[in-house]
Amino acid sequence: MFKLQKKEIIDQSSLYTVPLIAIGCSLIFVFILFLLIGKNPILAIFIIFIEPLLSIFGLSELIVKSTPLIIIALGLSIGFRAGVWNIGAEGQYTIGALFGGAAILAFYPNNGIWILPLSFFIAIVGGILWGMIPAFFKARFNTNEILVSLMLTYVATLLLSGMVYGPLKNPDGFNFPESRLFHDSGTLPIIFPGTRAHIGFLIAIILVGLMYYLLKKHKFGYHVRVSGESPRALVFSGRSTNYMVYLSFIISGAFAGLAGVIEVSGPVGQLVPAIPVGYGFTAIIVAFLGRLNPLGIFFAGFLLALTYIGGEAAQIRLGLPNAITGVFQGVLLFSLLAAEAFTNYTISLKKIRGNI
Amino acid sequence: MSKKVLGSIIVILIIAVGFYYQFQLSEDNKVKKVGFIYVGPVTDFGWTYEHDQGRKAVVEAFGETVETTYAESVSEGPDAERAITQMARDHDLIFTTSFGYMNPTIKVAKKFKKVKFEHATGYQRADNVATYAARFYEGRHLIGLIAGGMTQTNTIGYIASFPIPEVIRGINAAYLAATSVNPTVEFKIVWVYTWFDPGKEADAAKALIDQGADIIMQHTDSAAAMTIAEEEGIYAFGQASDMIQFGPNAQLTAIIDDWAPYYVERTQALFDKTWESGDTWGGMPTGMVKLADISDDVPKVVVNLVNEAREGILSGDIHPFTGPINKQDGTAWLAEGEVASDGDLLGMDFYVEGVNGVIPN
Amino acid sequence: MDLLIAIFQGIIIASTPLVLAAVGELVVEKSGVLNLGVEGMMIVGAVTSFIITYETGSHFLGLTAAIISAGLVASLFGLLTQYLLSNQVATGLALTLFGLGLASLIGQTYSGISLDTFPILDVYLLTEIPIIGSLLFNFDYLVYLSIIIVVSVYYFLNKTKFGLVLTAIGDNHDSAHSLGYSVKMVRLFAIIFGGSCAGLGGAYLSLVQTPMWVENMTAGRGWIALAIVVFSVWRPLWVLVGAYVFGGITIIQLHVQAFGVNIGAQYMSMMPYLVTIVVLVFISMNKNRLAVNAPNCLNRLFTSDL
Repeated sequence: MFKLQKKEIIDQSSLYTVPLIAIGCSLIFVFILFLLIGKNPILAIFIIFIEPLLSIFGLSELIVKSTPLIIIALGLSIGFRAGVWNIGAEGQYTIGALFGGAAILAFYPNNGIWILPLSFFIAIVGGILWGMIPAFFKARFNTNEILVSLMLTYVATLLLSGMVYGPLKNPDGFNFPESRLFHDSGTLPIIFPGTRAHIGFLIAIILVGLMYYLLKKHKFGYHVRVSGESPRALVFSGRSTNYMVYLSFIISGAFAGLAGVIEVSGPVGQLVPAIPVGYGFTAIIVAFLGRLNPLGIFFAGFLLALTYIGGEAAQIRLGLPNAITGVFQGVLLFSLLAAEAFTNYTISLKKIRGNI
Repeated sequence: MSKKVLGSIIVILIIAVGFYYQFQLSEDNKVKKVGFIYVGPVTDFGWTYEHDQGRKAVVEAFGETVETTYAESVSEGPDAERAITQMARDHDLIFTTSFGYMNPTIKVAKKFKKVKFEHATGYQRADNVATYAARFYEGRHLIGLIAGGMTQTNTIGYIASFPIPEVIRGINAAYLAATSVNPTVEFKIVWVYTWFDPGKEADAAKALIDQGADIIMQHTDSAAAMTIAEEEGIYAFGQASDMIQFGPNAQLTAIIDDWAPYYVERTQALFDKTWESGDTWGGMPTGMVKLADISDDVPKVVVNLVNEAREGILSGDIHPFTGPINKQDGTAWLAEGEVASDGDLLGMDFYVEGVNGVIPN
Repeated sequence: MDLLIAIFQGIIIASTPLVLAAVGELVVEKSGVLNLGVEGMMIVGAVTSFIITYETGSHFLGLTAAIISAGLVASLFGLLTQYLLSNQVATGLALTLFGLGLASLIGQTYSGISLDTFPILDVYLLTEIPIIGSLLFNFDYLVYLSIIIVVSVYYFLNKTKFGLVLTAIGDNHDSAHSLGYSVKMVRLFAIIFGGSCAGLGGAYLSLVQTPMWVENMTAGRGWIALAIVVFSVWRPLWVLVGAYVFGGITIIQLHVQAFGVNIGAQYMSMMPYLVTIVVLVFISMNKNRLAVNAPNCLNRLFTSDL
């Protein structure tokens, strides 16, 4: 077998070339896959990966799709660096959407520029509260936060659907499970007229910058790093381990809640039962693809959004089955995760030893 | 360095060849492009499957002069608007086939005035957005008659998905019909809160059978309940499509959604330049709702009863919701001979008198 | 009485896929690895077993296919996480994504087909015993197999050397390593075993519970299996209890509804998840019990091997 040895110094250029090689490998895989199912592989790859980048529509939709992924992944990356595993961002996202959306609906039909900021605030609080549940149990009883946050995702989804079927149902909507459309004061401004690209994307960019600064320059980043490497060292630096647990969940909950309200007040414009579409889970992958680095997350979010949008276009234009997108994403992630090994470790062949 | 050069060459090659093929794709303007947005996979053998059968009928009817496309499993959340826009950029007519696509369809239609849109089961229209739906309750009326005429235990099991008017309407229609032939019939209703989870639907079917139901009705999309009925040796009705292959002995009949005539008609209107927005609530008379072959197990008397009722519905003499009908709480809804208005039916949020249980909220 | 027996049977059938997937994941976690890809492995097992059973007419070959195919995708996870040291959480999620896509791709032409009913145990005389006969001797073979697997896992983990090594590795991979055990090989075996069990669970859905194939037919059961492992506090026999409690809540809630009692199905559907959280909290309050059973190295990277 082979042997991995942690590199003392990571070759900076490999940070970029290795992911590119991984992308190349998965492209070769789908190339063969397309051949097997009898589709023109070059055209398919062109439509999935290049064409969305060539039109205003494609770019604006990339912005729309990647915004929640980037924001949630940024929040999660803090916890993941510190060894706190919040798998339930989907739930915090849903609660953010529900709280924020309910706030906007509560002010219907009043106008005012304060409505959006207020509902954003409420959504963030909602996300934090939902995240505090696993954090509290983790801190107090050392309950496994992965499972609690995951379970709460299902509860959040059911809660949203309960609300949309009940109190938040559109009174003029023939009893269909949808809220009314948000009025103008409850809708995010658009950056490029004629598209759906909204200012949520600017918020995402600001957050990327903020995170970059905090992690690189601030004492906060130091605590995060220390906590991930050794919880005991964190205690020596004057913070309890619970401090990191709470902090991680507060940040990831807040970010996920924010993403939720951005999504409902932006592209969706109302509360519907189908708000949770797995962004919280996809964002976990985005966080890792981006190597838990704010800039990396930004690009990873874009890449994943591209596969969704391109996959959909290929479905419409070429009749490719929807499942191809999932398979491709899976392969891409596998190769990128495998590629990590080649950036962080030197690999050499070696004989197996050991008792079993 | 050479790696970078090689990489760039490959990328440029893909872009160049891609463009070349893409130009080949962009076809002449005489061909009309018709698109479909589906909420599930085309292989679900239920709701989406039948819409895709309609799409295939369009291909068959117009051959080379149309090109049809579809996007399957499009979530009803933020992705819907993008998928519809994606299509609207180069299509002439787009069918969005689930209720949750209503607002996205309206939004996209505002931006693409020249494209025609058709939204299934919604209530919002625009100059270039028509709506269409089927009066499935007419089919429910007929299967209600069969169930009432055939149950030995006087217990019908009903697997319901979500408490929306469509589903409640189906329960009421089937219940009224069943009690009209057998006043002692009781409905046991289970809400599973999903359109599609074969395991859970199967569990629900089992629970209902265990509680004495000998006929299962469903308003969920998979054929799971049918397979259970087949296993347990009882009867069931197919939903949305003919499910005979899942229950050769169990299926009494199936309510089939036949969108083909409507899709062909609307595509024809596009060619004739007579397409207009409007609302179509088709039923058995327009061929949108059909029954599969009735099982040989159904006694002649009951078959005759069903055929009579079918004739009546086709001719317009029979309306499944004809008074006197009271609401569950005993208050009057329809007077003697009065027929329910479409508005009442569209927003139905109550059980009729005699149905057990409470609509969950 | 008949109804109670029927409810009991319903619970067993609804729970068996959960038992299979959860007991597999338990072994994986006991070895110190967290595989969040249970859902993906289940659906791969569901589709391959359906295809092979349909093509060959043999349920046995179908089950074998499920074991092999799900084991294979699991080994992909194993190679990535153990030998290329990728992050377990991300790799597991990628596995779920990949499995769901792959399954719908290869199963495309197999929807709309029905299979023969899976054979049911019918022991001469035993099955005829009133009540007990229908309670104990009237299920499909996989139900018994699932219980046998659980008991074997219990025996394996507690009474065999290999099992104790596996537990030791999950508790402290560094000291196990210094004793000369190959942490990675053991974990790879555990991961493949877990995948095969999940595959069997998936096969139960597509061959037994509803003999048909449709996309996404696992509908989140892989995630529930993960919850059951924690619910059981990593004790194999308690996996049975956990799975039956989960299945039980689902089935009983359907029966209560069928009686015409309004229980707010939406809020009732939250119950299994809320109950799990409560149980999780409850067991973690008892520090001793948790310390004895929970693998310490769960989801922790092991680098110094080989």
